Amino acid sequence: MRGPGFGIRLERRPRPSPVLAFMVPVMSVVLALVLGAVFLSLTGYSPAKVYSIMFDGAFGSKYGVSETVVKAIPLMLAGLGVSLAFRMLLWNIGAEGQLYMGAFAASWVALSFPGLPKPVLLTAMFLAGFAVGALWGLLPALPRAFLGVNEIITSLMLNYVALYWVDYLVYGPWKDPKGYNFPLTPPFSPSAQLPTLGNTRVHLGLVFGLIGAAVIWLILRRLKWGYEIRVIGESTPAARYAGMNIPRNILLVMMISGGLAGLAGMSEVSGITHRLQHGISPGYGYTAIIIAWLSKLNPVAIVGVSFLFSGLLVGGYSIQSSGLPAATVSMLQGAILFFVLGGDILINYRLRFRSGGAGGQSKGKAAPAAPSAAGPAGGTGE
Amino acid sequence: MDQALWISILAAAITAGTPILYAALGEVLAQRSGVMNLGVEGMMLIGAVTGFTFTVKMGSPWVGLLAAMGAAGVLALVHAFLTISLRANQVVSGLALTIFGTGLSGYLGKSMIGIPAPATFKQWLFPGLGKLPVLGPILFNQDSLVYITYILVPLLWFFVYRTKPGLHLRSTGENPAAADAVGVNIFATRYVYVVVGGMLSGVAGAYLSLAYAPSWLENMTAGRGWIAIALVIFAMWDPLRAMAGAYIFGGVDALTFRLQALGVVIPSFFLKMLPYLFTIIVLVIATRETVSRKSASPEALGLAYDREGR
Repeated sequence: MRGPGFGIRLERRPRPSPVLAFMVPVMSVVLALVLGAVFLSLTGYSPAKVYSIMFDGAFGSKYGVSETVVKAIPLMLAGLGVSLAFRMLLWNIGAEGQLYMGAFAASWVALSFPGLPKPVLLTAMFLAGFAVGALWGLLPALPRAFLGVNEIITSLMLNYVALYWVDYLVYGPWKDPKGYNFPLTPPFSPSAQLPTLGNTRVHLGLVFGLIGAAVIWLILRRLKWGYEIRVIGESTPAARYAGMNIPRNILLVMMISGGLAGLAGMSEVSGITHRLQHGISPGYGYTAIIIAWLSKLNPVAIVGVSFLFSGLLVGGYSIQSSGLPAATVSMLQGAILFFVLGGDILINYRLRFRSGGAGGQSKGKAAPAAPSAAGPAGGTGE
Repeated sequence: MDQALWISILAAAITAGTPILYAALGEVLAQRSGVMNLGVEGMMLIGAVTGFTFTVKMGSPWVGLLAAMGAAGVLALVHAFLTISLRANQVVSGLALTIFGTGLSGYLGKSMIGIPAPATFKQWLFPGLGKLPVLGPILFNQDSLVYITYILVPLLWFFVYRTKPGLHLRSTGENPAAADAVGVNIFATRYVYVVVGGMLSGVAGAYLSLAYAPSWLENMTAGRGWIAIALVIFAMWDPLRAMAGAYIFGGVDALTFRLQALGVVIPSFFLKMLPYLFTIIVLVIATRETVSRKSASPEALGLAYDREGR
């Protein structure tokens, strides 16, 4: 009989390896870049040249760095939202749509009340962006909480709905009559625009992201509610047994998750584009999923990893001039996630490779118990 | 409304439903073995781009189809390795597959944009049956890949419910420990069905780029992979129900194209939302059904099998 899992045996480590816990994400990025280099050279590009253009584009100039910071803002906000849901094993894949709906709501406020004083208008836009993002997150949460409907698919389907809704507005009733037929709304009044840092495009959204990270960290580490979220994520039956209200937690967490993505949308229209337009997000909501996982759902790490991925994104734009599609970057992102997933196992398990069919447990039954005997307790099975 | 119009809508429903059907059949097999693969969208895109590229280079859509199956199968193998051998989280690995496949297909397909397909799967009248009134033009004026599903679906149904390997497949997804005890190789079984499932997703993708809309466009699947996954739940993991479901989804797709021609004045953006909204509604209804009938998903779906941890 062939050994299970193609001759690989996993042996649980007595305790997770802290060195590997740090090395796995780092190595994953490196290996993904190596894999990308293989693809690049196979298709006739020089990897060294492409990567140096990317690096230069993202970090090589003052403009590049400020763009990297600017793009890290929506990634951070959406990543924080996604990670909070993931903590509870709620797979919110709908950050993209929640971002669009937050942008829509903030734009509605900005376009309807352009004359309000700046602090009032920005506050209203902030609240509207959060609230409508939260509502969009609530839509998949309700059937999930009360009927057990798979939230992965419903939240994802709502991304398409949100995208088409915004497209409907910017191609239709909200279209700027002076916009030369481009799919965008008229520009916001100055009081609807988030203040920026000096003469860069870095806007106040950065502060939302940093405060958001601090708040999520506080919720998870310091509040009883955060404890509940973590328990439900680890074992729903245990949480139910302990009398925790699971449906209510699902609704609340998905609303905060959606609200944060909604804020990402609000800060994009208010801080960057100053109008609602077609394609305001190049997939921030999906990249946020990778960021959340790569950061081990740790809010502080999310802030850092967002800058890294934002650099990847900005670098991705700079290679478009050399004929490469921006999709190259999502290929790299997907590869990073693959390597993290594969590498995660090394943190908790030792990999043992077996040559041939050393197992020899052809009849099953009690035999498989034998090889494991040395494993869990001693952990020195070498 | 006249009969000819209805016939054309129903025929179009079958055409539009077929890619979703192939992908859903693949996912039925993978999930039956206990592995959730959310990478369908990514595998379809890779299938679409490789199928198209090979057809352009080699001139035969059948070669393209084989290439599509191979490429999507390789991606599925990555998912299998991560989730079965390394026990990685199936949800996240599937998402990684979708993101990677979307990016890779965009990268590989860059030079294919705007190229017309030199050869495609074309509709042909099935001898004899094509002449039937009403049914003929609906069912038997289709392309070869549609005709294959007419055989494949009942065959798969028979395989899953009436044969010994089918029983092993079901028991692997329901109770791997028990299946292992009677000598089923859980790991090999899961590997095989995840890869076969991936290959079927590849066919689904190739169908889009070689039959449904012969061309390559970035992200041309437009969420159909996800709709296929929703369809698996609606179908209760049954190939026959998957076929019925796929045609209903195909019908919604076909209708959205024709509603405006029928004089319905709804902005096209709302029509484009329909398949996604419909998917959500169907999923909610289907979930209520599965719960009330107690014939829920395979028991071990989503769980890595740990031989020593049972």
